[in-house]
Amino acid sequence: MKKSEVPQDKSNLESVNLRELCYAVDENGEYTTEHTTGWDPKTIALNNAMDDIKERVAIAKKKVLANETSPIEYYMELHKMDVSVLASYMGIWKWRVKKHFKPAVFKRLSSRTLQKYADTFDISVEELKHIDI
Amino acid sequence: MKIDFTHHQSAHCENGVVSNLMKHNGFTVSEPMVFGIGSGLLYCYIPFLMVNHAPAITYRAMPGFIFNRFAKRVGVKFKREKFKNPIVAKTALDKNLERNNPVGLQVGVYNLTYFPDEYRFHFNAHNMVVYGKEGDTYFISDPVMEEVTTLSAKELEKVRFAKGAFAPKGHMYYPIKFPAELRLEEAIVKGIKHTCRDMLAPVPYVGVKGERTIAKLIRKWPKKKGAKTTNHYLGQLVRMQEEIGTGGGGFRYIYAAFLQEAGKLLNNEELIVLSGEMTIIGDLWRDFAVDASRIYRNRSVNVEIDVYDDVASQLELIADKEEVFFKKLKKAV
Repeated sequence: MKKSEVPQDKSNLESVNLRELCYAVDENGEYTTEHTTGWDPKTIALNNAMDDIKERVAIAKKKVLANETSPIEYYMELHKMDVSVLASYMGIWKWRVKKHFKPAVFKRLSSRTLQKYADTFDISVEELKHIDI
Repeated sequence: MKIDFTHHQSAHCENGVVSNLMKHNGFTVSEPMVFGIGSGLLYCYIPFLMVNHAPAITYRAMPGFIFNRFAKRVGVKFKREKFKNPIVAKTALDKNLERNNPVGLQVGVYNLTYFPDEYRFHFNAHNMVVYGKEGDTYFISDPVMEEVTTLSAKELEKVRFAKGAFAPKGHMYYPIKFPAELRLEEAIVKGIKHTCRDMLAPVPYVGVKGERTIAKLIRKWPKKKGAKTTNHYLGQLVRMQEEIGTGGGGFRYIYAAFLQEAGKLLNNEELIVLSGEMTIIGDLWRDFAVDASRIYRNRSVNVEIDVYDDVASQLELIADKEEVFFKKLKKAV
């Protein structure tokens, strides 16, 4: 890639005033660095990944409201986690997290466990119990 | 208190921290040099592991490997500490800062508030340097940022004790012993040989063979998984290739920069010629990303099967070129 070809497409990097560094060749064939504001193929991939997460969050929300799963799954998706990451934050086995997805089990959870989930998601226990707050 | 530390932006965090810490201690080592000596270049498909619900493919060595290999090959000794208790971790960090010693930290990205939202995933192998503290505020030199930034003690604790794969556990490191004179020649040859061995490994998941495996999978996915999943996977492929820190083209350009620098240092004309060839391979990777993005632009629209075959063929072409390239490179040193 030549220095003049380093992409300067519009991307979300702008929102935090960030430019990435790229390695490219100058007119004498010497390697040098150049800033880039973004590149469309990458921006599209990133945006798709974000849309994908939004879709997962929406599905989880629907499931919670239909009483098919507990709010824990909703907050897990909202924080871009999967079961293994959440289990790791909670310091418990994955199968226990999955069990807590069951609304009936969720209702019976101790206040200590609920508090721990709430701390993990950085919310209050009330917010954890009612996702529409 | 603030240590007199010069922040240099780099493309990739791990090389950047090593390069910046070396520069701070009076040894000029460029980012590509660290990457090359640490044998950072790789292609590896990790079967069965899913990252963000898509297959995991990496274009570089495991987090921490570049660092370890570089230190070993040039003879720098690093002290590394991990912690169970966040309070002990904080005290250890503060003590180092008091001694005027900037330290490297391994952190999780998800809670780094200064990153844009779409970069904040549960990825735990980011690196940064802490170079000072004032009250509750820590001064941070994050090598992928243009300027230095700050984090509060609470924020810093959160990222140092992020959980999940590669959990940092407060991981802190700094150089303690340097060689009398930095001799890079031998280290460069070792680094290059290692990379050639990795890229030509006789395993279907690693190096050029891994690239061929992925090409085969790209042909298979649309029939087996449907357009939506395939497009998601392709997007993930490009994201890994162009993720913050790759310096463009899945690290190929950084490697070319390294070969150019190494060629001059070793007076090896052939390495400089090969650097040019690596640049062309980097361009091919970018073309691959452009064509793949045309497919996943629409997330779930059905595209003709032969479009997928086309990007798969491109990947196979890259694999062929890289195979020839690394065989030549092996002979050149």
